[in-house]
Amino acid sequence: MDLSTTYLGMHLPHPLIAGAGPLGDELDTVRRLEDAGAAMLVLRSLYEEEITGEQMDTFLHVESYGESFAEASSFEPEPELALGPDEYLEHLRRVKHAVQIPIMASLNGVTLGGWLAYAKLLEQAGADGLELHVYHAASDITMSAAEVEQQFVEIVREVKRTVRIPIAVKLAPLQTAFAHFARQLDNAGADGLVLFTRFHRADIDVEELEIVRSLPLSDSSELPMRLRGAAIVSGRIKASIGITGGVHTGLDVIKATMAGAHGTQMVSALLRHGPDYLRAVRADIEAWMIEHDWGSLNEMRGNMSLGKIPDPAAYERANFRMALR
Amino acid sequence: MASGSRMTVDGNEAAASVAYRASETIAIYPITPSSPMAEVCDEWASRKRTNLWNAIPEVAEMQSEAGAAGAVHGALQAGSMSTTFTASQGLLLMIPNMYKIAGELTPFVMHVAARTLASHALSIFGDHQDVMACRQTGFALLCANSVQEAHDMAAVAHAATLESRIPFLHFFDGFRTSHEVAKIESLSDDDLRALIAEAGVFAHRQRGLTPDKPVIRGTAQNPDVFFQAREACNPFYDACPDIVARAMDAFAARTGRRYGLFEYSGDPAADRVIVLMGSGAETVHETVDYMTARGEKVSVLKVRLYRPFARAAFLAALPKTVRSLAVLDRTKEPGAPGDPLYLDVTTAIAEAQAEGVLPFKTPPRIIPGRYGLSSKEFTPAMVKAVFDEIAKDKPKRHFTVGIIDDVTHLSIPWDPSFKTEADDVSASVFYGLGADGTVGANKNTIKIVGQETDLYAQGYFVYDSKKSGAITISHLRTSKKPIRSAYLVDRASFVACHQFEFIDKIDVLEHAAPGAAFLLNAPLPADQVWDHLPKEMQEQIIERKIRFFAIDAYDLAKRAGMGTRINTIMQTCFFAIAGVLPRDEAIGHIKKSIEKSYGKRGPEVVRRNWEVVDQALAHLHEIPVPGSVSASRLRPPLVSEKAPDFVQKVTAVILAGKGDLLPVSAFTVDGTWPVGTAKWEKRNIALEIPVWDSKICIQCNQCALVCPHAAIRAKVYDESSLSGAPSAFKTTPYKGNDHKGKHFTIQVAPEDCTGCNLCVNVCPAKDRTNPKHKAIDMHPQAPLRDAERVNYDFFLNIPEINRTEMTRFDHKSSQFLEPLFEYSGACAGCGETPYLKMLTQLFGDRLLMANATGCSSIYGGNLPTTPYTTNRDGRGPAWSNSLFEDNAEFGFGFRLALDAHVGASHGLVTALASQIGEGLVEALLTADQSNEGGIAAQRDRVAALRQKLSAINTPEARRLETLADYLVKKSVWLIGGDGWAYDIGYGGLDHVLANRRDVNILVMDTEVYSNTGGQQSKATPLGAAAKFAAAGKPVGKKDLGLLANMYGHVYVARIAFGAKMAQTAQAFLEAESYPGPSLIIAYSHCIAHGYDMANGAKQQKLAVDSGVWPLYRFDPRRALKGEPPLHLDYGPPKVKVEEYLRNESRFRMIERADPARYKAFLAESQAAAERRYAVYEQLAGIKVPMIQAKEAEGKDAQAKADVMET
Repeated sequence: MDLSTTYLGMHLPHPLIAGAGPLGDELDTVRRLEDAGAAMLVLRSLYEEEITGEQMDTFLHVESYGESFAEASSFEPEPELALGPDEYLEHLRRVKHAVQIPIMASLNGVTLGGWLAYAKLLEQAGADGLELHVYHAASDITMSAAEVEQQFVEIVREVKRTVRIPIAVKLAPLQTAFAHFARQLDNAGADGLVLFTRFHRADIDVEELEIVRSLPLSDSSELPMRLRGAAIVSGRIKASIGITGGVHTGLDVIKATMAGAHGTQMVSALLRHGPDYLRAVRADIEAWMIEHDWGSLNEMRGNMSLGKIPDPAAYERANFRMALR
Repeated sequence: MASGSRMTVDGNEAAASVAYRASETIAIYPITPSSPMAEVCDEWASRKRTNLWNAIPEVAEMQSEAGAAGAVHGALQAGSMSTTFTASQGLLLMIPNMYKIAGELTPFVMHVAARTLASHALSIFGDHQDVMACRQTGFALLCANSVQEAHDMAAVAHAATLESRIPFLHFFDGFRTSHEVAKIESLSDDDLRALIAEAGVFAHRQRGLTPDKPVIRGTAQNPDVFFQAREACNPFYDACPDIVARAMDAFAARTGRRYGLFEYSGDPAADRVIVLMGSGAETVHETVDYMTARGEKVSVLKVRLYRPFARAAFLAALPKTVRSLAVLDRTKEPGAPGDPLYLDVTTAIAEAQAEGVLPFKTPPRIIPGRYGLSSKEFTPAMVKAVFDEIAKDKPKRHFTVGIIDDVTHLSIPWDPSFKTEADDVSASVFYGLGADGTVGANKNTIKIVGQETDLYAQGYFVYDSKKSGAITISHLRTSKKPIRSAYLVDRASFVACHQFEFIDKIDVLEHAAPGAAFLLNAPLPADQVWDHLPKEMQEQIIERKIRFFAIDAYDLAKRAGMGTRINTIMQTCFFAIAGVLPRDEAIGHIKKSIEKSYGKRGPEVVRRNWEVVDQALAHLHEIPVPGSVSASRLRPPLVSEKAPDFVQKVTAVILAGKGDLLPVSAFTVDGTWPVGTAKWEKRNIALEIPVWDSKICIQCNQCALVCPHAAIRAKVYDESSLSGAPSAFKTTPYKGNDHKGKHFTIQVAPEDCTGCNLCVNVCPAKDRTNPKHKAIDMHPQAPLRDAERVNYDFFLNIPEINRTEMTRFDHKSSQFLEPLFEYSGACAGCGETPYLKMLTQLFGDRLLMANATGCSSIYGGNLPTTPYTTNRDGRGPAWSNSLFEDNAEFGFGFRLALDAHVGASHGLVTALASQIGEGLVEALLTADQSNEGGIAAQRDRVAALRQKLSAINTPEARRLETLADYLVKKSVWLIGGDGWAYDIGYGGLDHVLANRRDVNILVMDTEVYSNTGGQQSKATPLGAAAKFAAAGKPVGKKDLGLLANMYGHVYVARIAFGAKMAQTAQAFLEAESYPGPSLIIAYSHCIAHGYDMANGAKQQKLAVDSGVWPLYRFDPRRALKGEPPLHLDYGPPKVKVEEYLRNESRFRMIERADPARYKAFLAESQAAAERRYAVYEQLAGIKVPMIQAKEAEGKDAQAKADVMET
């Protein structure tokens, strides 16, 4: 049974990847994931905005109390390490040291300078690849989709120039012209596209008139949207395709592969069931393939993509075909 | 450290750098101004810096200076090289051990930043009172006069102590030397190794106590032998001066810097000599150089080794020509025949004369003088005045210089225009706010000049005593020659004012020299700046031909996301204007210093600072100075014309920075000051202030409760009070049932608000159609100031609520009571002051407060203005600060006195019953004063009693008149921080709790020594980074509340106003009503926790919700009813401890420095929170035997009786 895949130019024994999130926070969990056979691990994102925000907040709130008063020139000990990417980089180094599997770092930048500087630092700290977690709040009423896309394409192009390790671009599900955008990213040199980011939910507390944010664990119902995205670009771009969000079972992995995915990331399922669950998923995949007489995943990869299915409208007009009948 | 290399440091670091390397054990405790020595040693140890023997010294913080002295004594006895650092009261606490250490002939050096002792008032500043209080201990006293000398004399002391076996107290002037930043030649490790003999170290270790070779010390001796044994040490004292002199010679051979036991400078044939020690000696030296160059026969004798006093060396150092000797003491010994140095000099000369060995033809006249108490300026003009005085036929003896004494007329006059600074000295003065970073940038400037040029550089920094909106004045000098000027800059070629509003508050050009450059940060277009200056300033600029520059630094900083941090912008402008270095070179150095200073805060911080540095000069404008004054506006008066006479004549002068000019007669003789002066100091430090929307307001009063400065207030009042209201005054009908029909207003004090945002953050009332608008929003202050000032004045004049008509006292209604603690200098967003304010609202008119030294004593009692005030009847808190360590005992003394007064007044009332009238007597003696009505009624009875007494003509009646007010219940509160309650004052606090006297203790727990800069205390929680615990405190917080609970008879509460305001008010009321000792431990968020204080209340709630901070009330009275005395006011932890910890940089610092350690701390803190709840829950469920109501009543009465008896 051949489950192997090539993802971001890396040959992996199978497509099961521990995705970005808390899974990579503890070395113990990372080791257990490797033991359970994870093909790759993606660390949670390094957020430039969070880092610079915390730096500036601390600077403004801690420094402003310093050198103000005769009895104390400061009110805290001198920090040994700057607030910044050091924590993340150190953790990345430790994770790399602890396991043999490829480790992807994830990055969410704000400024082009930030994207490039942090990408370089992550590469230097030993990341085997980078997931660029591009996200735009789309709340700026003066900014067009084309401008947003152009910015991201530029970031990808520049990051590619800056680092040698492969980069994947993790996209939000809401894109005006997804296929076109995917091609632009592909042309800019992205080694992979990861479909799609899961957003925090911003709910409304109607009593307190406040926004309540949450990020509940996913389930398989979130997968179809990703299948559709993969199917649309599969075979039409050079970049690898990764799926994240809603991959919970062996069958989910089969579906993702049929849609064209080279890598399938799992987070919620592993948080819910523990790292060993990877073994069960892999066993399920193999059992299903034996049962259905598939020799390798490569054979089935993309067989349900837009270009290969008899009725592409099933993807293209997914939501209102029923109504048209 | 390379030999002969230069470093730019302050005096504290200069001394500590030697002390650390020469020590194996270091015991520390924070006290101003010596704390930085302890801090750097702790920091070096945590960074694994090694000493001369390649080991990391063991550094331990103790619970007090007495503890530190005990610890070093033990460490010395066990054979280690030990040191400690202290000052002032801390040094006094070490005295008992100093006798022991000296009596045992123990090599040891302690480093002291000499500071004033608290007498009629506390002062953190410098003089020699503390050191002089140790001259009898047997320690050698070695004085350093400058930053360089603090480094050098530290080395001499460490070297000499080993050979002489005499312990050394090495000292230098607090602040003037300890905090002066200067470029010095540094001593390398090899230098120190060459000076500090290894043989001495071995010998010391050999004498150490060890069971392998036991001896006994610390015996008790009897009359037969003690005396002789005490005399046995004499040869060591005799030998000591020569040993010090040899150490100084060896030092000179190694470094080229030569010192002597006494150092003479000036005309070798001088007839007038000033003898003194400390930084003032350098000013005298500078003046002597100036005067001798002009042919005057004057000189200075600097006393270096004060103890043991080497008479021969002293006499040998004086010229034979001396006729008049002024001996200047920087200390005061009231009632003594003279101050100590004078007495020593007199004795030395008298004895030499008696022995016939006097080296002079005629004994010189010795004229004693006193100068420089509490860092009082000592200038060349004053030195000149001393020389002039001692040249007279009949000079004033026991004179003072530097003040105007119009009472005992001891002071001598001086001519302020006399100046000695050489022309090549370039002096600058910078006026800034603490928060804008001016001092930090100036320290960097000194370092840049010091390191990048051949110039000598000196920086000295003056702060006001406010913790919010503090004004800083930086004094910088550069020169091609070493700078001896140990006094403030008084002729500046560059003046910068970093805050525009200062031009209306301070005469910033007072010391601007003719032709000086003046840089002003003005929030105005360049072409409008001139017209916005007050007339006086325009006149100064024109008359002195000052070059005038302006920049809108705030605008630039704001656009770069730098908030109000303008320091690096202004620093760039300084270098550009002053031309100390070529511009580009200067900018390069500024950028390097930014990276060094702020690199630890992160690259973004560095990037943004660099960005504003690059942009600064494009925004700098030279303002053309017209030939004549255009302004008609004068600088406004600092205090209102309505202020009382004392405030006008004294307080306003101090506020104007002219306190030095006040004569002795301006002051009371015993340190007593009028209260309620903060209200006259309108500081206008808030950029934005809260604005109330009455339509949305739900009238919860939370804004008023949390306000740290009593700058937003609530009032209910009759509609009739609105007559004459200003048109902009806001009012609305009151919604509650308790004051039906009344009107309600929330009013801001626009000029007293600090803009902290706490009120906005706690306001629960949102506009439903636009939730970002709340009942309280912040708006720019300037446009609101005038109208709100009028509104606030009107508001204050609306009659206060009648306390006897209050139907309930809780967190909400407490805010209708007048706060008698207002507008303190506490930090914006302070977490302590809301408790104090509530205390004064509930009990202020009958409150006696004993306040431990610390933040609360500084914002509570530091001049020029103080916040405790009175109500319209003239009643209010009577407040006093004794010391840090004794506050529980001090307050307990209040209670003793009150109990005595009550007992005496009861006795007199009873004795005079027939004349007073039995009815009134009965009512007076049995009055129920458990509520406001009862207290008011008793006050009426006392008034009636006074009337009766006026007609009774007996000694008893007169006596009773002095005691009658004590028939009204008083409330005694002992307040302070955790440093006091958990550490230095714990013994006393525990003792007071162990009594049954009715005292109330409020511990405002910030979990660090906040006032001295955030050193750990036993209240610091597990895992928090604090000074002296840079790697995170490895043990958990002491549970002071639980310890007190175990007594059983103590009322104990833990409160956090941000989590549960109702419980806070309830705890205050219960504690006060409990007729025995009460202890309230109050969570107080603090700037030392490292986050925006606007979120203080939110963070308090997280502390409680996570179980980190329990809320409970332990009331022994409940046991009498058969109920568990402990009542929990919080539930099982419902959020993770991590949610609390991650918001505060004191914990985050550990997370990023050592994630594994942080995780271990986190896990332990989480477990501790759960364990704590489980323990408390069980304690709260403890069943006690049910006592029948009647029996309980009896027991209650008995308990009360017990209280009265004990």
